[in-house]
Amino acid sequence: MRLPTAVPIFLLLALPLVLPMGTHAGYVLDLGARIAILGIAALSLDLLLGAGGLVSFGHAAFLAIGAYGVAILDANAITDAAVVVPAVLAASLAFAIPTGAVALRTRGVNFIMITLAFSQMVYFAAGSLADYGGDDGYTLSMRTTLFHARPLATPYGFYAVCLALLLGCYLFSRALVASRFGRALRAIRQDRQRVQGLGINPFAIQLAAIAIGGMMAGLAGALLANAAEFASPAYAAWQRSGDLLIMVILGGAGSVHGAILGAAAVLLAEEALGNVTEHWRILYGPLLVLAVIFFRGGLAAIGRRA
Amino acid sequence: MTARQPKLSLRGLCKRYGAVVVTDDLWLDVLPNTIHAIIGPNGAGKTSLLNQIFGSVPPDAGSVWLDGQDITRLPVHRRARLGLIRSFQIVSILPEFSLLENVALAAQARSGSSFHFFRPAVGETALNEAARIALAKVGLAGSEASIAGGLSHGGKRQLELAIALAARPGLLLLDEPLAGAGVEEAARLIGILRTLAGECTVVLVEHDMDAVFALADTVTVLAEGRILASGPPAEIRQDAAVRAVYLGDEC
Amino acid sequence: MTLLVIQALNGVQLGLLLFLIAAGLTLVFGVMDFINLAHGVQYMLGAYLAVAAVAITGSFWLGVVLAVLAAGAVGLVLEWAVFRHLYGRDHLDQVLATFGIILFLNEGVRVIWGAAPLQLAMPAVLSGSFPIMPGLRYPVYRVALIVAGLLVAAGLAAVIHGTRTGMRIRAGASNPVMIASLGVDIGRLFRQVFGVGAMLAGFAGALAAPLVSVEPGMGDNLLILAFVVIVIGGIGSIRGAFVAAILVGLVDTLGRGMVTDAAGLLLQGTAAARVGPALASMLIYLVMAAVLAVRPAGLFPAVPT
Repeated sequence: MRLPTAVPIFLLLALPLVLPMGTHAGYVLDLGARIAILGIAALSLDLLLGAGGLVSFGHAAFLAIGAYGVAILDANAITDAAVVVPAVLAASLAFAIPTGAVALRTRGVNFIMITLAFSQMVYFAAGSLADYGGDDGYTLSMRTTLFHARPLATPYGFYAVCLALLLGCYLFSRALVASRFGRALRAIRQDRQRVQGLGINPFAIQLAAIAIGGMMAGLAGALLANAAEFASPAYAAWQRSGDLLIMVILGGAGSVHGAILGAAAVLLAEEALGNVTEHWRILYGPLLVLAVIFFRGGLAAIGRRA
Repeated sequence: MTARQPKLSLRGLCKRYGAVVVTDDLWLDVLPNTIHAIIGPNGAGKTSLLNQIFGSVPPDAGSVWLDGQDITRLPVHRRARLGLIRSFQIVSILPEFSLLENVALAAQARSGSSFHFFRPAVGETALNEAARIALAKVGLAGSEASIAGGLSHGGKRQLELAIALAARPGLLLLDEPLAGAGVEEAARLIGILRTLAGECTVVLVEHDMDAVFALADTVTVLAEGRILASGPPAEIRQDAAVRAVYLGDEC
Repeated sequence: MTLLVIQALNGVQLGLLLFLIAAGLTLVFGVMDFINLAHGVQYMLGAYLAVAAVAITGSFWLGVVLAVLAAGAVGLVLEWAVFRHLYGRDHLDQVLATFGIILFLNEGVRVIWGAAPLQLAMPAVLSGSFPIMPGLRYPVYRVALIVAGLLVAAGLAAVIHGTRTGMRIRAGASNPVMIASLGVDIGRLFRQVFGVGAMLAGFAGALAAPLVSVEPGMGDNLLILAFVVIVIGGIGSIRGAFVAAILVGLVDTLGRGMVTDAAGLLLQGTAAARVGPALASMLIYLVMAAVLAVRPAGLFPAVPT
């Protein structure tokens, strides 16, 4: 069972909450929060990709939808999570269903491209929202509140909430993948015709996966906006969708906890390499290439193979 | 005395690809709880016919009736829910799943919805039990946990049949189930197929003539998309036209 | 009316540029089943190498020729060092690895040439404009670009449909496994396809250099457009890439103008200013979605569904 691998991951992630870090606290907690948030986004993409075999190059669209959900409500003086969270989930669902339904008519690279197209539409639409900053983006007046309390206002509080949500999303994803639904989804990836011939409607199952993954990513987007206290069309850029794909593939698609590993690896690599040189991408690029050529199955597979 | 309602009824089925007519105004009734074999030379349109019954290919004209219900417009998965189950010529199993999970999926498909998100599917004893029974029937008991992708070709064929069984078929379409099987394996498969007729109706396309004549209650001979002859095996064997077109100079 | 003609010509010019990039992309995908995200940086390299070569040799023409050859060489090096390890691998792995190459090369040009945009002067003989219609002047260079693009397209069509190599390529695009088993030297064919694709993209970059700012990342958005082109045109089809490229070029230029005008007519001031440009940018994606809705495999798929 995967549980043994996930336990050390979460124990590690919980360390910043208990260890004293002095002046480094702010930096570590901020980095940790970003890892947790992108971990949630990667988990949601892994549902589509690893379990469902649906390669979406437009998943970042949901990050922008979640971020702008927070921004638009903030501009209207609404910051309570009791409103913001359902609104973000609803907006993500409203985008996922029609775009997913259209995209599922295509196969292979055409599916990849049409998901990209939809995220480009979100990107341009967000840039046209002059009331919310247009291309320059929108600065939040404050982080999301919860019934007049402000749990997200402090670095510790924010990190704790992000970590708790990551844990929740991880357990949810694992349950999903192991459920009847997950079994059907994983079966469709292997042989669509076979599953259809047994009486399961592949379209319905895959669309549901896209909807669930989209909502989880929307939640991550809302957290992203909170982390930076800023929403920008750049959240939907295709390079961001590419980043998410890297995290999932590098971590090991389909392994669930691999998504978290991938997110952590990418962010930590960027930080580490960034300290070496401002031109860190010149090192990062070849590292990616080598990782792909030599580490089949991603980080999650390394433990398995040994 | 009223005749039994046919399990499957094909009425005026027509299909062409460009200038090539693969199904030419075909009328056929398949009686319940029988084994009905469809034979014919290559290019006779057998697989295309199966595809039209299965629903992956729509006919240009005509209709398909199951248990007195017109299913011509129904998509594949809806037909499967009515009990129309098919095995494929190119063995189609889920390579990453275990044998048990392959068959449990079939049981899952036919028992309630797959939109359950929280309970682990591997813990559903009812599905596992149904899967074990089906696996035992085809002779794969004991290796439930092994991964399907690692099976031999013959093993995959057995698994394919187990999947079909667990799907509780009312009408089972088998596309060359004995293709490539050795003598022993063929004998075993024939034994399994013979017991099936008690529980469901079987339509099979086959080239193995010994198996066909041993198993079938009715044989339909297809040539160029049309039915050349249809009846009990003994009759077909004697039919001069059939012998000329299909059996040729053999027997 | 004159504005329409100018925009249409600009659209054709953009389309031909896109075709040069998309042709290599669709061949590599069709024949080798290889998703090469790094094709956009090939275009960028063409531009940078042109700037460098012209600076060294002092001649625009020589500079372009050298740039194209150098771009082809870089393409072959990439093929040998990275891509050939990825044939037959999952598309996802190819996406990941070529994404890494994008990062590497984008940063690489930043290190070598700096982040500031570079300029390349047009050759004197091609600068200026001339009247193509009474009362309408159009830049000579853009006309030259159109002519060059059409010549290359014709040459490519001649090679693809008229030579043995072209036949192998067409066969490979519809059934790669088959040609391998027929004894065609797959490795050599792949290298040829890759090299030609890299040179075409490099040529596009070199030609575009005097018109656009040469900067890191200039290939990224054109890469996306190129993928839109090959998806609309159908994977593996040169003819499809040509038709789709012209279509995309026209839609993006003409459509942009028309949508902004329509928004101005139908909506009030600020709403028009917001919706117009956003819709205009979305236009090609909407077209692609529409095409895929009706023809999920593109307009001229090499493998008809």
